[in-house]
Amino acid sequence: MASQTGATAAVRPAARRAFGLTPRQIGELKSKLPVIVLFVPPALLVFTIFVILPMGEAAWYSFYNWNGYGPPEQWIGLKNYEVVFRNKVFLTALTNNFLIIAVSVLVQIPLALWVANLLAGRLRGAVFFRLIFFLPYVLADVAAGLIWRFVYDGDFGLVSAILQFFGFEPIYMLAERQFAMSAILAVIVWKYFGFHMMLYIAGLQAIDQEVMEAADIDGATGWQKFFRVTLPMLGSTVRLSVFFAVVGSLQLFDLIIPLTGGGPGNATHTLVTYLYQFGVVRLQIGFGSAVGVVLFCISVTLAFSYRQVFMRHD
Amino acid sequence: MTDISAKPAARHLSGRRLSLGHRIYAYSSLLIVTGIVIIPLLMTALGGFKTVGELRTNAFGLPYEWRWWNYTDILISQRYWLQMWNSAVIAFLTVGLTLVCSAMAAFVFAHVRFLGSRLLLNYFLLGLMFPAATAILPLFIRIRDLGLIDTYMGVVLPQVAFGLAVSILLFRNYFRNLPRELFDAAFVDGCSYIRAFWYITLPLSRPIIATVGIISLVGSWNSYILPLILLNSEEMYPWPLGMMVYQGEFATDWQLVLAFITLTILPTVVAFFAAQRHIIAGLTAGAVK
Repeated sequence: MASQTGATAAVRPAARRAFGLTPRQIGELKSKLPVIVLFVPPALLVFTIFVILPMGEAAWYSFYNWNGYGPPEQWIGLKNYEVVFRNKVFLTALTNNFLIIAVSVLVQIPLALWVANLLAGRLRGAVFFRLIFFLPYVLADVAAGLIWRFVYDGDFGLVSAILQFFGFEPIYMLAERQFAMSAILAVIVWKYFGFHMMLYIAGLQAIDQEVMEAADIDGATGWQKFFRVTLPMLGSTVRLSVFFAVVGSLQLFDLIIPLTGGGPGNATHTLVTYLYQFGVVRLQIGFGSAVGVVLFCISVTLAFSYRQVFMRHD
Repeated sequence: MTDISAKPAARHLSGRRLSLGHRIYAYSSLLIVTGIVIIPLLMTALGGFKTVGELRTNAFGLPYEWRWWNYTDILISQRYWLQMWNSAVIAFLTVGLTLVCSAMAAFVFAHVRFLGSRLLLNYFLLGLMFPAATAILPLFIRIRDLGLIDTYMGVVLPQVAFGLAVSILLFRNYFRNLPRELFDAAFVDGCSYIRAFWYITLPLSRPIIATVGIISLVGSWNSYILPLILLNSEEMYPWPLGMMVYQGEFATDWQLVLAFITLTILPTVVAFFAAQRHIIAGLTAGAVK
């Protein structure tokens, strides 16, 4: 660096005495400092102020009984956490989150894998089908939720029209405790399988064609090829796709609100709708923060241990 | 990877004909799935042309009489355009700020090594670990204390902040893979880091700018929970909130609600089909890399 050597020569005497840095280091610092000082702070400030500090504050507020006005004063220790873990609705929400993960892994991902496998072949119109299946993923959760609220509507909806056609009584799917959660799970699969399908299509295209041809020559059947060749070679994609299902489940909110808002009888809450309903709506800042901290711990533990166990070599 | 939507996987299964039986099986399966995916959307759009009574009796058919004014009434109403405008402003600011902040920071992480740079990068990557919802209450208090409740910036800044981790990661990985020789040559000629960013990195980075921009745009355009908590007057509501309010007002007039939903998601659908290649590549690339 031409400018650097010039600068180094000028500062040499002072530098030796000042910080014990070699002239080379001083020169490097001189060239690096402007870019560091100009380029890092905007991101650093925004991130610290709106992500890290609020997270820390959530931990702090969670020890108070506080409605958000004035400073938090009423210290109640771990009481909020006690209430959270004793609360039936919270436990339902937690169960629902795990139910969503289970359905994602057992229904959605196999479906996505199956469709991806059909579409990766030399099929005319494959691009069109991919587009259609990906479309729900691009729509906002709120829009998807409202559309399905219509589909499930007992008076005007499509499901009840089908039921009536076959001579059954129409039902309000979303208002019945025993159906509401299943109805939501179906919407989740509808909305997100296209995203997972895309991951698998990308994964399938990366598989070396010679391996497939070798399997063909050895006379492998379609099933054998799928289970013995394709699936093992898609290992890292499957692990990634499950990871997204887990993370997505823990964030699920936008879809639930237009569908059921957590009802009927608080049967369909997820952790985030629970936090919203009992922390934000009722302005229980301390309690809501405690739920946030619990959600944080669950997210970090799940994400971290999943990566450690399943994605170590990916 | 970037071409997953565009090319019909010419290499895959090449050299083999699919048997007729397999093709029948494949197409019939795909058509059933297509039906399940598309019928709710189609019936939503058609339902907007019907009357309430007809929704009840003629759920799946075409409207007996196309009631265009269900749609035109919404199109000439102020609330529709206002919510779209709000969403557009918030999205525009979010994408712009996300690109600027994260590209600059990522450049430093990709090219400048300094004491604690690794630690600082990991600090940002913490943001990948938890959903925005965990800190939503303190965030509300903070935005309120800053006087930003019910302003565009009050929504934009948290959205940018929560998008930074992914954006910085994507930018950094891309920047690091640019040819090293270009930078070495430039630095030998006395080029400063900032000039290198402007004249070498940025001109070569259009694909990654598009990827990060799309992720940020789709996220902001569809975002619901942050505006829900940080805005409180209806004139400021972006469309996901506006749609919920509309549904609340016209609860049982489903034909109006359906028309409103259709018109509101129309820009997304049009944009998706117009730029499908970039959108699919962007959204999946963001996930994979």
